[in-house]
Amino acid sequence: MAGSPEPAASRTSTAGVLLAPADVARVVDRMAHQLIEKAGEQLPDLVLVGIPTRGAPLARRLAARVAAFSGTAVDVGTVDITLYRDDLRMRGVRALEDTVLPAQGIDGRLVVLVDDVLFSGRSVRAALDALRDLGRPRTVQLAVLVDRGHRELPIRADYVGKNVPTSRAQQVRVHLAETDGTDEVLVTEEGSRA
Amino acid sequence: MTYLIKGARVLGGDPADLLLADGRIAAIGDRLSATGATVVDAGGLVALPGLVDLHTHLREPGREDAETVETGSRAAALGGFTAVHAMANTDPVADTAGVVEQVWRLGRQAGLVDVVPVGAVTVGLRGERLAELGAMADSAARVRVFSDDGHCVADPALMRRALEYVKALDGVVAQHAEEPRLTAGAQMNEGHRSARLGLTGWPAAAEEAVIARDVLLAQHVGARLHVCHVSTAGSVEILRWAKSRGVQVTAEVTPHHLLLTEACAETYDPVFKVNPPLRTDADVEALRAGLADGTIDAVATDHAPHAVEDKESEWAQARPGMLGLEQALSIVVETLVEPGLLDWAGVADRMSVRPAAIGRLDGRGLQAHGRPLAPGEPANLLLLDPAARATVDPAALASRSRNSPYAGRELPGRVVATFLRGVPTVLDGKAVR
Amino acid sequence: MKRHLLEAADLDRADATLVLDTAAQIDQALAGREVKKLPTLRGRTVVNLFYEDSTRTRISFELAAKRLSADVINFSAKGSSVSKGESLKDTALTLEAMGADAIVVRHSASGAPHRLANWVRGSVVNAGDGTHEHPTQALLDAYTIRHRLGRLDGVRVAIVGDVLHSRVARSNVWLLTTLGAEVTLVAPPTLLPVGVGSWPVGVSYDLDAVLPKADAVMMLRVQAERMNASFFPSAREYSRRYGLDARRMAALPDEAIVMHPGPMNRGMEIAADVADSVRSTIVEQVGNGVSVRMAVLYLLLGGSTR
Repeated sequence: MAGSPEPAASRTSTAGVLLAPADVARVVDRMAHQLIEKAGEQLPDLVLVGIPTRGAPLARRLAARVAAFSGTAVDVGTVDITLYRDDLRMRGVRALEDTVLPAQGIDGRLVVLVDDVLFSGRSVRAALDALRDLGRPRTVQLAVLVDRGHRELPIRADYVGKNVPTSRAQQVRVHLAETDGTDEVLVTEEGSRA
Repeated sequence: MTYLIKGARVLGGDPADLLLADGRIAAIGDRLSATGATVVDAGGLVALPGLVDLHTHLREPGREDAETVETGSRAAALGGFTAVHAMANTDPVADTAGVVEQVWRLGRQAGLVDVVPVGAVTVGLRGERLAELGAMADSAARVRVFSDDGHCVADPALMRRALEYVKALDGVVAQHAEEPRLTAGAQMNEGHRSARLGLTGWPAAAEEAVIARDVLLAQHVGARLHVCHVSTAGSVEILRWAKSRGVQVTAEVTPHHLLLTEACAETYDPVFKVNPPLRTDADVEALRAGLADGTIDAVATDHAPHAVEDKESEWAQARPGMLGLEQALSIVVETLVEPGLLDWAGVADRMSVRPAAIGRLDGRGLQAHGRPLAPGEPANLLLLDPAARATVDPAALASRSRNSPYAGRELPGRVVATFLRGVPTVLDGKAVR
Repeated sequence: MKRHLLEAADLDRADATLVLDTAAQIDQALAGREVKKLPTLRGRTVVNLFYEDSTRTRISFELAAKRLSADVINFSAKGSSVSKGESLKDTALTLEAMGADAIVVRHSASGAPHRLANWVRGSVVNAGDGTHEHPTQALLDAYTIRHRLGRLDGVRVAIVGDVLHSRVARSNVWLLTTLGAEVTLVAPPTLLPVGVGSWPVGVSYDLDAVLPKADAVMMLRVQAERMNASFFPSAREYSRRYGLDARRMAALPDEAIVMHPGPMNRGMEIAADVADSVRSTIVEQVGNGVSVRMAVLYLLLGGSTR
């Protein structure tokens, strides 16, 4: 009934490993340090809000590393953006994901949206619209594991795990242990053989 | 005008030639020849006596947008009919000598089949008092079949009187068996499908109760009874019982009740809405068996044309009824001949001989129908290609209406030619006029 | 999910569960928010085509569509071209020409939404057709049961009253059994359809025997006029044999809930103190109706392209 979440890598494709499991852990650690540094005294106000599917576990990991490095526990949440997308007609109906915010809400706080890949920027735009309906944060920032370019909107990330220049024909796939059984980032060439 | 039909299988028998002259069958034999005769090649075709329909709605006068005597006559000829009984539920109702004579004259003008008017039993079909049955019988239309079809003569006292009265006219009452109190608002057969579809049920008992009552009345007063469009296995059982007791009862079944079931209602497409409703598989089986063993005497079409706006609507708002004249023989071939339940002589009996006898059309003379295919008899016959199969296209029908329940269905048997008193009304599968 | 929602009998377990899950997610997404509106169906047009008066169902659909930012047109049969004899087909073609993405239809004729679906390209949602079905009511009932009792599998549901004339009962029979519930219909035999034996449900004529084994009791509206057609002798006798009063409610298991699709005949099929008791989910059902209808509109329209 719903569109499948992501087409499985069943088509002929060549995959290159961009980040191996150890690389993913290292990148997350570095992002956590950057978050602590940039938040400064506002660290207790920080809320990491993941965009499902993979932004949600990523936000939890970042929060755990921030807590480990700084000794400060930070709030996490998720915001489902499906009902805010402007491309439903193209992508088809999909099952909704959880929207969970910390008990204190997000009003007046430093919200960092967390996603796996930054591409066109449309998911982030939808997340910003959703946040606007959920409260009024003081600041909203963006953290992504991979920025692959090709923006279609004036959006940029505040924290980037890895910049990966790609062609439009390429696909970037992020796998996380929580959702996919392993940590890795792959670049696949699809359609280029056609 | 003489016609020489070459190589036709009369009632499915060995190929023979038939010479038609002066409205009659002049000769049947091998290698006949006649100078000046038009030759019709009938190799591989089956010759049957012209079909007689006991139950046709021609809609004229009153609903000429749905059908006229002429368009209905053309549809009948294409179906292999040479005589049709035109039901009385027109507007005005055919309950006087004037209306039945009008219909009869329109039939003569069209000249494609003999249109035999049915007279209403009661004034305005209201079931309150008898119409002038004698006047209709004595009119030029010579009415012998009386029916309030569309309505049941529900009042038992009135039904008794009608049965008694028509004895003097050599007539018969054709009953639309439907107990009205049991079918108020009814939309389809009552059973598990009506329960699920939320359509008010038309219980089999509402038909069977009236048939049971009427055969007892017919026996009591010694009158002839004909039962229209029998639709249930229980009705067949009651008729079998009544006939075994010597009751003068005859019955008809429609092509659609021989083929279709209530499952058709699942689409909510009112083209499948009909009265009595389509029933179950078990009923269809019992009706086929009843027709095969003669418990049911005749196939009658209940051809019921309806304008588009009366059918392209919600189920409950739509009018009941479906077309039948042009596909009746094909459906009998499909449901009885091909499964081996009826041979060609049986088809002739149930679709020509017995209905003609019920309607008293089987006397002597050139106007008779349902007579054997034999020298000296009126040349009313059809030629059927039993091997041909075709898909029904409602837009291609001769009827003015399009409410065929067989649209898109492939059926066997094609009427290649029909002759009415030696004159072709259909040749090469096309209406001559 | 199919393009239309015409009957609950059409929904398989996966589809039905997806609707309920989606409704739950929507509830969660909107919980506690000041702005109860989502932009999901911006630019889509939903037509409420109501041939029967039903203010509560129409408002519920209207609110659901508006909360998803769809444009809503209410097309009531009264005072429109429909009352001047325009056919359902002509109305359908008119709405089609106007670009309706979804038509929510309430009609007194069973099967009218099926007919409509043949004539339009948009989605058709059955909001109640004759005595056939009312699928969104069943979906909200299932949602309410699952929300209150935590599950549907194995839940024992008694549906009590005029099953014969009830589209709510039919939809619930198909949906609840699809979702694993055990349904028992309780009514006088006159108010059960012939053929009910083929349904995947139990049937009882004795309410008192069923209540101690019911996790949810759904009381159906019974119109007093039915007694004029001898479906039962009198309102008093009906109420005595099949009405839910405080004494009968006490026979229910501790956690059992009492449901009613509304509008209620207090004192006829349900006593006032029962309707207002803590077991009653009647108000909750109304609220759940909006979420479930949002889920249906989202799932039918969210991905469609015309």
